[in-house]
Amino acid sequence: MSYSTQTQAQTEAGEDAGKEFLAFTLGKEEYGIDILRVQEIRGYEPVTRIANAPDFIKGVVNLRGIIVPVVDMRIKLNLGSPTYDQFTVVIILSIAGRVVGMVVDSVSDVTTLSPEQVKPAPEMGTTFDSDYLIGLGTLNDRMLILVDIDKLMSSAEMGLIEKIAA
Amino acid sequence: MTIDMSQFYQVFFDEADELLAEMEKLLLALDVSAPDSEDLNAIFRAAHSIKGGAATFAFNDITEVTHMLESLLDRIRKGEMALTPDHVEAFLVSKDVLTMQMDGHHHGSSVDQDAVGSVCLRLKALSQGIADAPLAVATPAPAAAAESASAAPVADADGNCLFRIELPAVPQRDVDALAAELGLLGTISQETLADQRVVFTLTTPESQDSIIAICSFVLDPDDLKITQGGAQAGAAEAKPSDDDPGYGIFEPAHTEAAPQPAVAAAPAAEARNPGRRATDKEGSGQESSSIRVGIEKVDQLINLVGELVITQAMIEQRISVLDPIQYERLLNSVGQLTRNTRDLQEAVMSIRMMPMDYVFSRFPRMVRDLASKLGKKVEFVTRGAATELDKGLIERIVDPLTHLVRNSVDHGIEMPEKRRANNKNDTGKLTLSAAHQGGNIVIEVSDDGGGLSRERILDKAKQQGLPVSDTMPDAEVWQLIFAPGFSTAEVVTDVSGRGVGMDVVKRNITAMGGTVDIRSVPGAGTTIAISLPLTLAILDGMSVRVGEEVYILPLGYVIESLQPAAADVKDIAGQGQVVKIREEYLPLIPLYQIFAIEPNFTDPTQGIVVILEADGKKAALLVDALVGQQQVVVKNLESNFRKVAGISGATILGDGGVSLILDVSALLRSSRQLNADPVFF
Repeated sequence: MSYSTQTQAQTEAGEDAGKEFLAFTLGKEEYGIDILRVQEIRGYEPVTRIANAPDFIKGVVNLRGIIVPVVDMRIKLNLGSPTYDQFTVVIILSIAGRVVGMVVDSVSDVTTLSPEQVKPAPEMGTTFDSDYLIGLGTLNDRMLILVDIDKLMSSAEMGLIEKIAA
Repeated sequence: MTIDMSQFYQVFFDEADELLAEMEKLLLALDVSAPDSEDLNAIFRAAHSIKGGAATFAFNDITEVTHMLESLLDRIRKGEMALTPDHVEAFLVSKDVLTMQMDGHHHGSSVDQDAVGSVCLRLKALSQGIADAPLAVATPAPAAAAESASAAPVADADGNCLFRIELPAVPQRDVDALAAELGLLGTISQETLADQRVVFTLTTPESQDSIIAICSFVLDPDDLKITQGGAQAGAAEAKPSDDDPGYGIFEPAHTEAAPQPAVAAAPAAEARNPGRRATDKEGSGQESSSIRVGIEKVDQLINLVGELVITQAMIEQRISVLDPIQYERLLNSVGQLTRNTRDLQEAVMSIRMMPMDYVFSRFPRMVRDLASKLGKKVEFVTRGAATELDKGLIERIVDPLTHLVRNSVDHGIEMPEKRRANNKNDTGKLTLSAAHQGGNIVIEVSDDGGGLSRERILDKAKQQGLPVSDTMPDAEVWQLIFAPGFSTAEVVTDVSGRGVGMDVVKRNITAMGGTVDIRSVPGAGTTIAISLPLTLAILDGMSVRVGEEVYILPLGYVIESLQPAAADVKDIAGQGQVVKIREEYLPLIPLYQIFAIEPNFTDPTQGIVVILEADGKKAALLVDALVGQQQVVVKNLESNFRKVAGISGATILGDGGVSLILDVSALLRSSRQLNADPVFF
C-alpha cells in the first residue's frame, strides 16, 4: 500500500494543486472520475428492468426512496464480463442534480493528481470517445483514464436524460 | 443587531391577499338595502388588519388607502351613513387598487398612481358628502381620528406621539433587537427599572398598533404595557394601563389625517372606540385557527409518511410467514401499526387538500364585472365549493376555469332581449360546481345560454380542412372546438367564437391528467365538465405479473379481469387478436410483446386479461397473473431518468424493490396503432 501513504502526503502538500479522483477498474483498464461527483458506493442489488431500454441500462433501483437508474459500464464499453455477485460494485453518482448508478468491476482507491500528472488523451485508442476524456493520469507505473463523467452521463449516447423539447 | 423585516414581508403579503379576497367576497354578498352588521364588521376588520400590517412594514401608500377605506366603513357600520351601491362600487375599486399596490411592493410591478389618487378622492368625497346630510352626527372620519387623537394629549405639532413601553423580563439580546427596530419608527430612549425590566420611551408618528406589531415578533403583546404620554417627555406621568393595552382607544393621528379640520364632536369618538375594541378582540380570537407552513415542509412530511408506509408494508410482508399462534401478540401489534399508518397517511395527505372555494371565490366578481360590461344579466351559482382538491392541482386549474367562465358569460349567455324573445328568464344562469366521482373530481361550468351551433362548427371545420362529416355524433363535433387555431369570431354563437384559446384549456387539463367533456343542447345551454384526479401522489393500484416483472395498473382504469374462454379469442389477420367480452370485441394487448418480456403464458386462455378503459376506449391487457391490490406512492421516474414509453411512474414495493406504473392511456393508444381501425363487428 505504498501509494496510499503517498496519496496522503500529496493531499497535505498541495491542497489546491491536485484534484482527487476515484479509481475503478473495468476489465484490465483503470479509470478515474472526479471524486466530487461520487455520492456513495454500494453493492449491486437486483434492479427493475425497463422495457425497450438499451442493454447497458440495467434498470432502476430504490435508493432510500428515490428511483435511480443503473447503467453497466462493462456492457456499454464491452469490457470484462458482466457478472453480478456480492463483489459487484455500483458507484452512485450525483450529476447536475440527478442521481445515477454505475456498475463497475471494482473500486480501488482515491488518488490525488496534480495538473502535471495529467497528460492530454491521444486522439484514438480508447473505447471512449475522446470528447469524454479529461486526459490520462500517471501515477508511478499506473495509468488512469480520466473520464469527464458529467459530459458522459449527460450525453445523448447514454440516453439517460431526455432531450429538452425533443 | 436589527431584525431584517423583509423576512416577514411574505407573511404580510399572503395574509393581505387572503384578507382582500375575503373582503371582496363579503362586499359582493352584501345586501345594499339591508346590510348585515356582522358582514360590515368583517369587512372593516379586514381593512383594519391590512392597515396595521402595512404600517408595520412602512408601506405608506397602502396605509393611506386602507385608512380612508376603514374610516368610511367605520361610519357605515355604526349606522352614521346609509350604505349605497356607490359605496360598494368604491370599495371594490379600492380593493383593486390595494391589490395593485401590494403587487407593486411584492413583485415590483408598476402601480397606476392616477388610479390610486382617484380612488382616494372618491373615498374622501363619499365620506365628506355625508357631512352636509342631516343624519350626520360626526364629521368626516379622518377628522374624527384627528379629534380622538387630540382629545388625549398625545400629538405634537408634527403628529408625533410619545409612548412609554414597559417590557416584561426578557433577555438583553431581545431588548437590543427591539430597541433597534423601534428606533426606526422614531426617537427612542431606554431606562431600566428596579426589577431589571426595561422601559422604552418612543416618540413616533406611527400608531400604537405598529409598535405592538413589532414587539409581537419578539414577545407576547399581552405582557406589554404601552402608555401614551404627552408630546413632552412626560413619561413618568403616563397613566399605567393594565390589562388590554388600549388597542385603538388612543388611536394616534396619522400624518395624512392631521391637516384635516378637526371639528368632530367628542361623543362620536367615544362611540367608535368600544366598537373597535370589541372587534379587535374578536379578530385576534380567530387567528389561532390556522397556521402558515411552507409547502416544502408539507411535501417533506408527505414523503416521509410515504417511506413509513413502505416500511410498514415491508414489516407486514416479513411477518406473514410467522406462525400466527406462536406470534399472536406481535401480529396484533403490527395490525395496529398498519391501521395507524393508514390513518396517519390520510391525515397527512389531507394537509395538501384545499377546498375548491379557493378557486370559486374569485369568480363572482369577474362574472359581475363582465356581465355589467356586456349589458347582460347573469346569476352566478356555485355548488360543492367545499370539495377538496390537491393544492398543486387547484393552482393549475384557475386559468382554464377562468377562461371557461369568461367564455360562458361572453358567448354562452344571450342578451336579455334575445332571452325574452326565446321565452327565457331575462337573467341567465351560470353554475360552477365541483363534486367527487370515484377517484376523480368533476368540475362543471354550465350555462343556460344558446348552446353550441353544430352547423357553424362543422362549417368552420370544413373551412379549416379538418376531417369532418355531416353525420358525426354531437360529442365529436363539440370536441372540434378544442382543435388548435379553431378560434375566430362569428363562428359558434351569434356574439363571437367560443373557441378562443380552447386548445390551451384542453392542453392544460390534459397535462394535469384530466379530461374535458362538452354537453350542449341548442337553445338550452352548454355544460363543460372537467374531470381531474384527486391527487398525483398516491394511487390505488392493481399489481400484475408478467414473467418475472411486476407492474402496477392504476385501479381507476381497470373495469374487470377474467380468463377468457378459447372460443372468445379471435385472430384478426395481421392485426393481432380480439377478445369477446359481454358482446363486445376488444383488442387484445399482450403486455409481454410491448415490453419484450419472456412471459409464462402467451395464450390468453391460460393467462389473465384485464379489461381497461381510458379516454372512452376499452382494451384487454394480457398478463400472467394478478398479484394484488394496494395503495402505492407514486415516484417520478423522470427526476433521475427519462420518460419511458408506456410507463407513467414508479413506486417502491413492500420488499424495497421498484415496480413500474403502467401508462394505460398510452398503452391503449399504441394498441390502436396496431389495429389501425377500431374493431367493430
